[in-house]
Amino acid sequence: MTFDKEYFNIGYLDRLSYRDTVIHRLDSRAKVIATTIFIITVISYPKYEVISLVPFFIFPVLLITLSDTPFKFVLKKILVVSPFAVFIGIFNPLFDTRTVTLAHNALISAGWISLLSIMMKFALTISAAILLVATTSFPGVCNALQRLGIPAPFTSQLFFLYRYIFVLMEEAMRIVRARDLRSFGNRGTGIKVFARLIGILLVRTFERAERIYEAMLSRGFGGNMPSMRQFRFTISDAVFVFLTMAFFFALRFYNITEMIGRLIQGITV
Amino acid sequence: MHMADALLSPAVGATFWAGTLATIAYCSKKLKENLDEKSIPLMGVLGAFIFAAQMINFTIPATGSSGHLGGGMILAIILGPHAAFLVMASVLTVQSLFFADGGLLALGCNIWNLGIYPCFIAYPLIYKPLTRNNPGNGRILFASLLSSGIGLQMGAFSVVIETLLSGKSELPFGTFLLLMQPIHLGIGIVEGIVTAGVIGYVRTVRPELFESVPSSRPLAAGISPKNVLVTFVILAAITGGALSWFASTFPDGLEWSIEKVYGKAELPEKDGIVSVLKRVQEKIAFLPDYAFKKSENEIKQEGAAPSWPGVDMGTSLSGILGALIVIGVIMIIGVGIRAVRRNKS
Repeated sequence: MTFDKEYFNIGYLDRLSYRDTVIHRLDSRAKVIATTIFIITVISYPKYEVISLVPFFIFPVLLITLSDTPFKFVLKKILVVSPFAVFIGIFNPLFDTRTVTLAHNALISAGWISLLSIMMKFALTISAAILLVATTSFPGVCNALQRLGIPAPFTSQLFFLYRYIFVLMEEAMRIVRARDLRSFGNRGTGIKVFARLIGILLVRTFERAERIYEAMLSRGFGGNMPSMRQFRFTISDAVFVFLTMAFFFALRFYNITEMIGRLIQGITV
Repeated sequence: MHMADALLSPAVGATFWAGTLATIAYCSKKLKENLDEKSIPLMGVLGAFIFAAQMINFTIPATGSSGHLGGGMILAIILGPHAAFLVMASVLTVQSLFFADGGLLALGCNIWNLGIYPCFIAYPLIYKPLTRNNPGNGRILFASLLSSGIGLQMGAFSVVIETLLSGKSELPFGTFLLLMQPIHLGIGIVEGIVTAGVIGYVRTVRPELFESVPSSRPLAAGISPKNVLVTFVILAAITGGALSWFASTFPDGLEWSIEKVYGKAELPEKDGIVSVLKRVQEKIAFLPDYAFKKSENEIKQEGAAPSWPGVDMGTSLSGILGALIVIGVIMIIGVGIRAVRRNKS
């Protein structure tokens, strides 16, 4: 079950990335740089910071709306993935029990605040990563990495891997389906059968690699991967990077949330 | 055991990224030097293979829970350390982008934890020496159990260290170790059995595969001083991991063992590593002074005084008020843009 789901998830994310919107048209380097700065800025906040993290949600929200990415899809991804941060964060309220006054008589232990901070950082960084692929496409990200100075053997490895993920996953899906049809309950799903299945998949992978290599040789492969696509870093890309950077730095050094709150309090009192 | 962005500090994330990038550059250079064109498509397809194989679940005997393959050791055995490391790094990159396993800043840590140890320590120093001269299946099983186990223990230990250095989690060192190491001992055993099973199966079905693949070519022979140093690092990690078992029954046991290993009662995280990281920070110089001074103060205060910054009621109230307004504004912007776009189309 989960296998099919994950497979279709990757396919879905891949399809999202071939849309044509303002965000999709930005240069892939610009998006990689902006996303990186966003993540580092968010992570740089100390562990009890909750309130000044709130304005950062504007970045994923803008990306989602401007790129027509379904909001539910991103939300689901955040809820489903990587329970590790939650698993580790949940211990904070247990070990950090000093209480803090929130407002009037409301008390809360500091651990809950740092847990909330971890969860917010989690949501922000994960959505940024998902949105980067959803608006840039994986080959786009690889290309950006290569032009940002990552060594060619690694980026061509990424290209190759991505190109064959779908083929090999379908192969694996067929194998899993065959196993599931022949197994009953837990019988046949054990480690011994599993090792054989992986072995068969590995043998088929070798054979496929040989065929691919011969096909590449007959098409004149000489050791590197040429690309026909043209990439240009335009003025609008530079403006995008500059604006997002300026915005993140402003948020980082001025607690805008609190300033707005003070202002409102000043008006109402 | 994927490390997550939310638990990292920028300094720790950047440090591990630097190490990972340096290793990627080193491996790329090595591959370019003795380029075997044939291995280019093989590496790519093997990456996809690991990816697909990780999605096949199997039942772990006696527990009823299900596990899946890590794959670092299989790659190292087939491709040799340099190519295997690049493949592992590419698999983790795709995972972090498509499944958001961990996140992009934590990707450096994850490649380090799951790539360096199997490819550059477990394989060349444990698996390879043990399986010299046409080994039998029992020997392969023993070698892959030992190498997978130690590789994963070191990976899990790194996760603990990275989390502690970042200071976002409150988990004490001993408790965290006790959570991580035993779980990964189990995972390591399963991984070792699967690795041996797969390698054994392929060797019987297609023995010629292991004669043509790059790993059969001799690596740098003999023992270099670097290897000796690395061996000591492993021993330190194993000692740390093994002794953590005693920590539960003898609360002082861990302190004692650390004293024996490091010559000090405390792990060098408080002074040594933090000061090293600080130097690294100064070199990277992102957000100079402001952010890091604060977090550094936090680490210092942690031992003695509570690190909660003095909060007066006024600030926190206006903060909450401001947060609500900002959330409202963001929602209005989001819904507004969507409505405008829908009207247009």
